[in-house]
Amino acid sequence: MAKKKTTTTKTPGRSPRTTAGSGRGVSKTQDRRTIGKIKDLGDAVVRDSLALKEPAIGIPLRTAGNTKYNTKRRILEMGSAKQSRELFNFGMSRKFMQTVLLANGCKELVEADKTLSLRGMYYKTLHTIAGTKEKTFDGQDESDPIIEDLEVSLGALREELHVFAKKAGTMVGNITVVDTGDEIDCRRMGSGGYAIPSIVEPETLQFKKCDAKFVLHVEKNTVWSRFNEDKFWKKHNCILTEGGGQPPRGVRRLLRRLNEELGLPVYCLLDCDPWGHYIYSVIKQGSINLAFESPRMAVPDAKFIGLRASDYERCELSDDVKIALTDRDITRAKQIAAYPWFREKKHWQREIKAMLRNGFKMEVESLITKDISYVTDTYTPQRLKDKDFLD
Amino acid sequence: MTTRPPKKKTGKKTKNKTTGIGAGTAPAKSSSAVRTGVSAEAMATQQREISVSEFFAKNRHLLGFDNPRKALLVTVKEAVDNALDACEEGGILPDIYVELLLLTETRFKVTVRDNGPGIVQAQIENIFGKLLYGSKFHRMKMSRGQQGIGISAAGMYGLMTTGKPVLIISKTSRKKPAREIVLKMDTTKNKPEVVSDTEHGEDDTLFPDGHGTHVEIELEARHQKGRQSVDEYLEQTAIANPHAQIIYVTPANETITFPRTVNDLPAEPREIKPHPKGIELGTLLQMLERTKSNQLGGFLQNDFCRVGLAKARELTAKAGMTNRSWVKQLGHAEAEALYNAIQEIKITAPPTDCLVPIGSGALLAGLLKEVQAEFYTASSRPPAVYRGNPFVIEVAIAYGGNLPSEETARVLRFANRVPLLYQQSACSAFKSIVDTNWRGYELSQPRGTLPVGPLVVMVHMASVWVPFTSESKEAIADYDEIRKEMKLALQECGRKLGTYLRRRKRMQRQLDVRTVLERYIGEIATNCEGITGTSAKKIYEALLTQVKRKTAEADAILDREGKVIASLDETDVVIVTERQAGGGGAAFDESLFESTTTTTTKNRVVRKKSKKRTIRRKRVA
Repeated sequence: MAKKKTTTTKTPGRSPRTTAGSGRGVSKTQDRRTIGKIKDLGDAVVRDSLALKEPAIGIPLRTAGNTKYNTKRRILEMGSAKQSRELFNFGMSRKFMQTVLLANGCKELVEADKTLSLRGMYYKTLHTIAGTKEKTFDGQDESDPIIEDLEVSLGALREELHVFAKKAGTMVGNITVVDTGDEIDCRRMGSGGYAIPSIVEPETLQFKKCDAKFVLHVEKNTVWSRFNEDKFWKKHNCILTEGGGQPPRGVRRLLRRLNEELGLPVYCLLDCDPWGHYIYSVIKQGSINLAFESPRMAVPDAKFIGLRASDYERCELSDDVKIALTDRDITRAKQIAAYPWFREKKHWQREIKAMLRNGFKMEVESLITKDISYVTDTYTPQRLKDKDFLD
Repeated sequence: MTTRPPKKKTGKKTKNKTTGIGAGTAPAKSSSAVRTGVSAEAMATQQREISVSEFFAKNRHLLGFDNPRKALLVTVKEAVDNALDACEEGGILPDIYVELLLLTETRFKVTVRDNGPGIVQAQIENIFGKLLYGSKFHRMKMSRGQQGIGISAAGMYGLMTTGKPVLIISKTSRKKPAREIVLKMDTTKNKPEVVSDTEHGEDDTLFPDGHGTHVEIELEARHQKGRQSVDEYLEQTAIANPHAQIIYVTPANETITFPRTVNDLPAEPREIKPHPKGIELGTLLQMLERTKSNQLGGFLQNDFCRVGLAKARELTAKAGMTNRSWVKQLGHAEAEALYNAIQEIKITAPPTDCLVPIGSGALLAGLLKEVQAEFYTASSRPPAVYRGNPFVIEVAIAYGGNLPSEETARVLRFANRVPLLYQQSACSAFKSIVDTNWRGYELSQPRGTLPVGPLVVMVHMASVWVPFTSESKEAIADYDEIRKEMKLALQECGRKLGTYLRRRKRMQRQLDVRTVLERYIGEIATNCEGITGTSAKKIYEALLTQVKRKTAEADAILDREGKVIASLDETDVVIVTERQAGGGGAAFDESLFESTTTTTTKNRVVRKKSKKRTIRRKRVA
């Protein structure tokens, strides 16, 4: 309680800092650099236009083909292939216009020293094009990827552009953090947990006191609630996180910082299906889409504790928990098995093959059929004790 | 000579049916094999004795008088065909006047007047009062009429249905007064019966040129507009005869003028002798009997085309005879041997200079005049031969413009410049169009049907003998050679249309691109100003220059074949159809062009100086 009081007393003193910009995890110098980058992009377009050359914006490709697995650093890195987004290429002209539009939007945002969510950014730049009935964006689906394009082509991170994603992800455990000046004791978060913000850079979020020995990351909120209710983190002295399926950047960045700065090993408890495998892959070596961010997000030492295809027999689960693999699942599983960072790992090849041989997938919740707390009381502790992980 | 057998058969059939034993001429006619001592002249005298009224009453459908509506059309058609033939033979640019006067609900007076050379008094009676009398029956020459039945049958139909005789006014020269003859046909004897024959100085006003023929026929008929009407017939006649001016006064007393758009007469078609490959055994036998030559070699060389001394020798040798064999001594067996020899030996194709096609230029001129479209093209095939008869196929198509886009293509069929309005689906031209794959030319075409779209397809066959499927001359018979030529011509036109449509599509696409780009560059300019501080107006103008340069094709004007001929300013999209560009080929087209390249039918030279027809399309907003 005392700690909570102190945080409240600090509140008035926080506002001037926020307006000063440091509260966003982005410094003034960084802002100037970002504006410079946007200006460079605009200058190039204007220079080409005035010289009667076809303006184009180079955008690094965010595709599997342009993603390289760095075996030394054990992370995914973005290759050098670029797509040239041309105004006079009919298929690209709308996107070109949107890119310029959002670039200007970000510049205004940085200059005004404010932040907006992806959705806020969509609204900021949404309007009807003069003289037509056409809108600049048909929905947020159209604007989000353009912002990502902008990030990679400017070489500026989203937070540097003062844009953040919607919060998704929860944390509890033996740690105290300071979030924009507020001290948060993650041991006292009730049943809801601490919502992991989108921006968790050291400027925004600092670790204060950490007793935990490891981090357990689970796939989704339902499983996380089970662990939280059983006070697993207390018994095993750990931090419990959850990313709502594919974890957003904030969660991934936080896992990375916990691992890197506090030296905590990260264990993942995910479903036994291609999506679960890929979530693990994203946490461990980064995603294809955001390969340029992997150096600050990937946790190359993350371990996969389950579910495993063999658990169906090992835990003597009933037939009811089987969910048949769809054609899409099978295709995806084969795709994942073929990724370079999976190809070299024999145990992973065995695991995926075993799943395909089983012909069904399983969710972590399926362990509940054994006992409500089987997963927290038996399954996870057993695995941790035996150090029975997939790497 | 191939012209005769079908005709004769009809005559014979009719005879057996109608006169039977009574006529007493049966022996000479009943056998199609060897007949001795009956000359063509004798034949003609015998024919006069046919009871024409009975023949006609029972067989009027054979001549096209199936119903009152068709009777009106056929009457006008026969009179107009004759008028055009007469003018052309007389070397006069035709001015045709057609009037349909509604007398009662079911009775019409048809008046057709031309400015032709007129008809000498002695011949008027025969031409108008006698069936099977005419100049065109016995010759191998390209003309509209072929049989010598038409106008007299029309007059007789009038007489039968109304009892009114035919009125003919003819003026042959400025110096002589016009002559008015009222003519009845003695239907039992097929003999003209002159009711009155007077000189009428006051009728001279009818003939401003100083010569011409005026025919009035009263008949039971019905007039209905639309397809297969007199109106359509005249419209199509105008298309195929752009050198003629036709003035048409409708039953509603409206005057429609189809103006002359070509000021040169078609060249005079040359008469040719029959080609050996084109005759049948019966015809050969007839010719052997009628020939003036005594020896076989002479017969072959004089009575046929493309047979010289060497070829005659080759033929007779093959048939086991010599050039010196006496014609009179040849029996049926020898004739058959000769006939077989003809089939086996290669003989040069018949001369084709006897054909006078309309010509691509005149075809286009005709189509342009009567069809409001956006794109026109024409193609003339080189002459080809079927069964020894030379023929030429010409095709023209019109696309877009005011033509209905949801309907199947409209087919205009012509044989020797005469529109064919009935029995479309039995016609070789129709089948060729259906056979052609129009989908390859950017048109839709449900399986086994005509293409669908704003399209008019015109097919013309010019030949010394057009093979009709029936005597009423409504559909062209389906010979492989004819079908092949038609398809080739259609494909050539189709290719040009396809090129044009693809080009137009591309232009449309560019236009769309431009509208989109124009929208975006405004946004881009404003935002670039926000980022860099450079004036938005400056950026916008620079970008707009580029947009225009990128979509310059959208401003281009296309010619018939989809080639760019010029660029206009960017305010409007203009599709230009070159008015008379394209393949020359016929001599009379030449005056249309400032420069001409003749003879090649594949001539694709675009003449930039010729008149242009522009159709403006509103820019898509």
